[in-house]
Amino acid sequence: MFQRLSEAGPPTLPLTIDGNAALARPGDSVAATLIGAGHADCRTTPVSGSARGPYCLMGICFDCLVEIDGRPNQQGCMIEVQAGMQIVRQEGSRPVDVEATR
Amino acid sequence: MNPEESDVAVIGGGLVGAAIAYGLVRLGKRVVMLDEGDIAFRAARGNFGLVWVQGKGLGMPAYGAWTQLSARQWPALAESLRAESGVDVSLEQPGGLHVCLSERELEQRVATMTRMLGQPGFEGYPFETLDHAGVARYFPQIGPAVVGATHTLLDGHVNALRLFRALHAAFVALGGNYRANHGVDRIARESVGFAIDAGGRRHVSVQVVLAAGLGNAKLGDQVGLTVPVRPMRGQIIALERARRFMHYPMGALRQTDEGTVLIGDSQEEAGFDTTVGTPILATMADRAQRIFPLLRDVRITRTWAALRVMSPDGFPIYEQSQAAPGAFVASCHSGVTLAAAHAFDLVPQILAGSLEPRLSAFSTERFHVSKAV
Amino acid sequence: MSAVDALKPSYELAVIGAGPAGMAAAVAAAQRGVATILFDEQASPGGQIYRGVTTTPLRRRELLGDDYWHGQGLVDALLGCAADYAPRSIVWAVTRIGDGFELAVSRDGVAHLVRVAHLIVATGAQERPFPIPGWTLPGVMTVGAAQILLKTAGLVPGDGTVVAGSGPLLSLVLAQFAAAGVSVDAVLDTTPRDRRWRAAWRDVIGFATSPYLAKGVALLRRARAAGRVVRGVESLEAIGDHRIERVRYRAGGQTIELACTSLLLHQGVVPNINFANAIGCEQRWDEVQACFVPVVDAWGASSVPGVTLAGDGAGIAGARAAEAHGRIAALNAACAIGRIDPAQRDAAGAAAQADRARWLRGRRFLDVMYRPAPQYRIPVGDTVVCRCEEVTARQVLESVRLGCTGPNQMKSFLRCGMGPCQGRFCGLTVSELIAKERGSTPAEIGHYRLRFPIKPITLGELASLPQTEASEQAVVRLPK
Repeated sequence: MFQRLSEAGPPTLPLTIDGNAALARPGDSVAATLIGAGHADCRTTPVSGSARGPYCLMGICFDCLVEIDGRPNQQGCMIEVQAGMQIVRQEGSRPVDVEATR
Repeated sequence: MNPEESDVAVIGGGLVGAAIAYGLVRLGKRVVMLDEGDIAFRAARGNFGLVWVQGKGLGMPAYGAWTQLSARQWPALAESLRAESGVDVSLEQPGGLHVCLSERELEQRVATMTRMLGQPGFEGYPFETLDHAGVARYFPQIGPAVVGATHTLLDGHVNALRLFRALHAAFVALGGNYRANHGVDRIARESVGFAIDAGGRRHVSVQVVLAAGLGNAKLGDQVGLTVPVRPMRGQIIALERARRFMHYPMGALRQTDEGTVLIGDSQEEAGFDTTVGTPILATMADRAQRIFPLLRDVRITRTWAALRVMSPDGFPIYEQSQAAPGAFVASCHSGVTLAAAHAFDLVPQILAGSLEPRLSAFSTERFHVSKAV
Repeated sequence: MSAVDALKPSYELAVIGAGPAGMAAAVAAAQRGVATILFDEQASPGGQIYRGVTTTPLRRRELLGDDYWHGQGLVDALLGCAADYAPRSIVWAVTRIGDGFELAVSRDGVAHLVRVAHLIVATGAQERPFPIPGWTLPGVMTVGAAQILLKTAGLVPGDGTVVAGSGPLLSLVLAQFAAAGVSVDAVLDTTPRDRRWRAAWRDVIGFATSPYLAKGVALLRRARAAGRVVRGVESLEAIGDHRIERVRYRAGGQTIELACTSLLLHQGVVPNINFANAIGCEQRWDEVQACFVPVVDAWGASSVPGVTLAGDGAGIAGARAAEAHGRIAALNAACAIGRIDPAQRDAAGAAAQADRARWLRGRRFLDVMYRPAPQYRIPVGDTVVCRCEEVTARQVLESVRLGCTGPNQMKSFLRCGMGPCQGRFCGLTVSELIAKERGSTPAEIGHYRLRFPIKPITLGELASLPQTEASEQAVVRLPK
């Protein structure tokens, strides 16, 4: 598990993780937020349904994929948290969004 | 070193070669499949995975019949591959749609289908012309830009990568001899067959089948066959896996059983260049998102290009050599669709020593080329 | 100049990557009056080695160390120079147009096209794959990832963290942890014990007279405070159901299990070759570094005219060598576009060449010392090789026995390498696995052939790029 150094300052940004209210540190990536909140895993794979979590945190492993504000398969390590963001850990293949056709 | 001996040498380990080689070992023949190395043109890499019937045969009724024969025999191919390799190639033949994005496209399509079916001797099948609402019954998510489509029940698709693996695995399991990095340097006629120099070795076989795609032209010269093929580049876009929403294939857009969406069907004369080009990819992407707007936010994970093997009229070439009896050539750009016909129907004809008259339409005599002797 | 809002339609030079090589190249080129743009996918500059240098909450200098803060100077120079800087911008395709190129750039999900005469690719290094059983379990991350958490979020290992692997970066991160008052449960050192004395005398002397000796000694001393070290670890396995629960290792003839909630792996870095490969740059296998490296000359010129490579992406040599390499590459670019002639380039580049040579001395010793042991590069059995498609070592070997000759055929057999990471975490493993099974070498076996897009982009974004009459004809094929 990971812990926060005091230099980092407090988490003050409200957002939700899997629908639950949480506070994130401004400037953190979504992946860092999940790790800091104690979540080692962020998805299950389309191929076998195995649990995965962030691995490289530099944008090349594509294991940190999560749904952000309704958009699936976003690289959590490449996106900075915003107030009100809705982060959802995802399962299997992404759905294609029927809403986009309307 | 003693030369390797076999009954039949198949030159080429792509979809055409592997299907023929598989058909041969199933009949108990000793077969060697001679393949090139890791960086070879490999038209098989450009396949779209369709088992496609509609629209094929305008200009050659025999091609329409041959295609339908293969589609009918495909379930048997899938089953025997599963039994012999353990690999399920996920054949689905639910029918397919050729979708049109303008009235002109749809008119052209219907005219083509009608003309094709109207050819004397063409083995007919019913097809439906659908308007937008008709297409929406198959695909509730279809985009408003789709004007209509032609539909038949005969079309389908298969997991092409698993097909490739199944053919190779079954070939080896049935005792076939697969030799990679064995590009053929020379074929010479011997008293009882052929001596083939490949991979620094000599192979001796009674018969030889040229299934080497673009390589058939040069090889054909050595066995008295003139094979006028040229490369026709096709590009493909693959999207990230998505939950299954397409339950029928389209001619240029399909979703695999694993969820990957594939977009294809460009055709360019680009010589031997296999790089991808953004204008064509942009056109393909634009059409795909007009067909399914919900794909707009889905990500492209890779693109690639491959060189189809094109004869002058686009139809297959099957021929036996007169100057070198026992040498055959098999060439087409629909290696997936025709895999069953190759494995189950072409193979017995090859073993019989000559192709039946019903395949005569596919001989190169139609190009009026003189044969090198 | 700070980050630009709008991209100009064309520049003389595009630099890709805002690490030390890219930043130094952009600054040097701008100084010569070359119209330059620097593209980087991250939101702030620094690449990975200087990641977060403008944003880190850890301002106490001794925490991250002087070497890290050296990056601030590079960033200041970048933001003060005349080059345009485009963060959050991913160059995902390059097309040859005449003697130059057209770049497709993604910014905020929108595609842009930019023409350039010359390209400097400075996409840096990546962690080497570390395919041990269970390496895909949640809670298993790279040491580099832990360093990113430290620098960018002030997150440090808590209870139950085990670090495993080998290499100078390991020591650096452990020293940084120690400076932050953090210790880990154990450091499992996989450096092969026989390696130490295999280096040639010339390499040892090179190291002893290099800047790295003093740095290394100091680092190792500080690193020791971070946790007890187990040396000579010959095997590693991550075990757990849905996340890591323990690590099993063998050392000194004993097999031991440690409970853990976090396993941090590292066994060196290798060039991130995907961009160069996709453009068509030739590469070669480096036997000492056990990785593929692009082929470049003394000025960074690749095998593709108009493309210069700089930094760790052109061959692992460390941050300071990368910086010098960036200046060298900028001169090469200036010469290539005709701003200076070769004689001027040689004269102006002498200092940078000497600087780079200084920073290169001693690297070979490090390369030999820390070359990962074969069992950590070439897995067996059900160990996952391709993380994206979940292909195992066993499956790769079966395909080789079926006759698969190389990594590109392997894609067709198994989908290996077809996932979004584009082979970054499986390419080396696959090449070495196939080579070993076929009794060949990775040099002969080769690597995946890569294509654009270099990172996934949405269908809508690709569709927004310009089409031509020819492209429509190629796809729609209506009779004229």
